[in-house]
Amino acid sequence: MQISLKINGKTHSHDVEPRISLAQYLRETLSLTGTHIGCDTSGCGACTVHVDGAATKACTLLAVQVDGCEIKTIEGMANGNEMHPIQEAFKENHGLQCGFCTPGMVMTAADILKNNPNPTEEEIRHGLEGNFCRCTGYHNIVKSIQHAAETLNS
Amino acid sequence: MIPAKFDYIKASSVSEAIGLLDKHGDEAKLLSGGHSLIPAMKLRLSRPEILIDISGISGMNSITEDGNEIVIGANCTHAAICNSDLINSDLNILAQTAKCIGDIQVRNRGTIGGSLAHADPAADYPAVVLACDANIVVEGKNGSRTIAATDFFLGIFTTSIAEDEIITTIRFPKVANGNYQKFFQSASRFAVVGVAVVKEGSGVKVGVTGVAGTPYRATAVENAYSGNSDAASHAIEGVEDELMSDHFADTTYRAHLAKVYVKKALEA
Ligand SMILES: Cc1cc2nc3c(=O)[nH]c(=O)nc-3n(C[C@H](O)[C@H](O)[C@H](O)COP(=O)(O)OP(=O)(O)OC[C@H]3O[C@@H](n4cnc5c(N)ncnc54)[C@H](O)[C@@H]3O)c2cc1C
Ligand code: FES
Ligand code: FES
Repeated sequence: MQISLKINGKTHSHDVEPRISLAQYLRETLSLTGTHIGCDTSGCGACTVHVDGAATKACTLLAVQVDGCEIKTIEGMANGNEMHPIQEAFKENHGLQCGFCTPGMVMTAADILKNNPNPTEEEIRHGLEGNFCRCTGYHNIVKSIQHAAETLNS
Repeated sequence: MIPAKFDYIKASSVSEAIGLLDKHGDEAKLLSGGHSLIPAMKLRLSRPEILIDISGISGMNSITEDGNEIVIGANCTHAAICNSDLINSDLNILAQTAKCIGDIQVRNRGTIGGSLAHADPAADYPAVVLACDANIVVEGKNGSRTIAATDFFLGIFTTSIAEDEIITTIRFPKVANGNYQKFFQSASRFAVVGVAVVKEGSGVKVGVTGVAGTPYRATAVENAYSGNSDAASHAIEGVEDELMSDHFADTTYRAHLAKVYVKKALEA
């Protein structure tokens, strides 16, 4: 089936099989491998991207479902060589170790901060319910998001 | 995991979706948010030949006021319900419930119509539609009909929607005094036990999910209610033989949790 969607500002058109997930389409057809597939069963959040501005698990979404939508992936967060303030905050606050969960964490963090620019620590932790990290113990991820909020609000 | 092959059709109207359901029978399935159906298709628990995507049908995602009722389009996402001013003010119990479904990403995509149609025994909305006496409006090839919440759930993953029918809206009476209490399954965030209580005058209506295979109105609690939470001891009366059991909660623990959560909801 023919689909056409805008990904990180650029329009892409492809003929895709209906059963291909958005996550697979991004990784395998477009080589946008920043979107990770951890569980492929909607549990871990590593595949989180924005669909029309809302954080969504791309492993549980068919590419055909988002025909005509605007998608943002981790590759679309930086502005050229300048990291997005959330990415910068993860780097500064040691918000990642192996980095596998990080693209999903950053995309979810962006959704949290868009809807709630001044979240409490508890609100951040609740906001991350759909994102697993096997390394950090979450503390530095929460700290990173708190620092990103400060930068974005300043 | 990749689901088995299927054809995909984006329906642009309710009548087109009904026509496709009628034509393809049990080979076809409606697709809304996909957050129950796609995981089931990946696991081959569901193998439709044709998916009819109804998510783009205009008018199916509105939230409006109609006299003393709030009318919610089946395609409204959990996030839209959390964020609706109308629901937060006049049907707060539903906003409370939507806020505790899954996580941000699930709430951005999953819909109330999909959740009700799926009838997962651990889903949250069933308790609330029961306690609120909501009506589920479905449309099929023979026109539209309204199903009372108490007649809607027939069993695990089973409802009274016919094969050619589609949920179009859910009609809730406005509720001034209601609350939802949930014991979360710690990994999936589904309800191990979920209890919705609506207080009206000196009476109370109690909906329970997660406990029995079919969500139920705890009528024994309602009948015994006398203004305090003593009636919670009746929480599982009538469903003693239908209690669910899994590695998170066996029947004894579930029965205990049901009483504790009915008590919490009566006291809230
Ligand atoms: C990680 C995760 C966590 C979750 N946690 C929770 C939780 O805590 N509590 C909870 O209640 N749920 C939870 N869910 C389920 C979630 O709420 C789903 O969104 C919901 O159950 C189904 O809605 P959907 O729009 O995604 O439906 P779909 O998956 O698109 O469809 C589900 C079923 O409903 C049918 N259907 C869809 N729309 C209609 C309609 N209008 N008329 C008739 N039939 C229709 C479909 O044919 C299908 O059989 C979770 C899901 C995931 C993936
Ligand atoms: S890969 Fe999508 S949620 Fe884990
Ligand atoms: S940094 Fe390794 S999984 Fe999160």
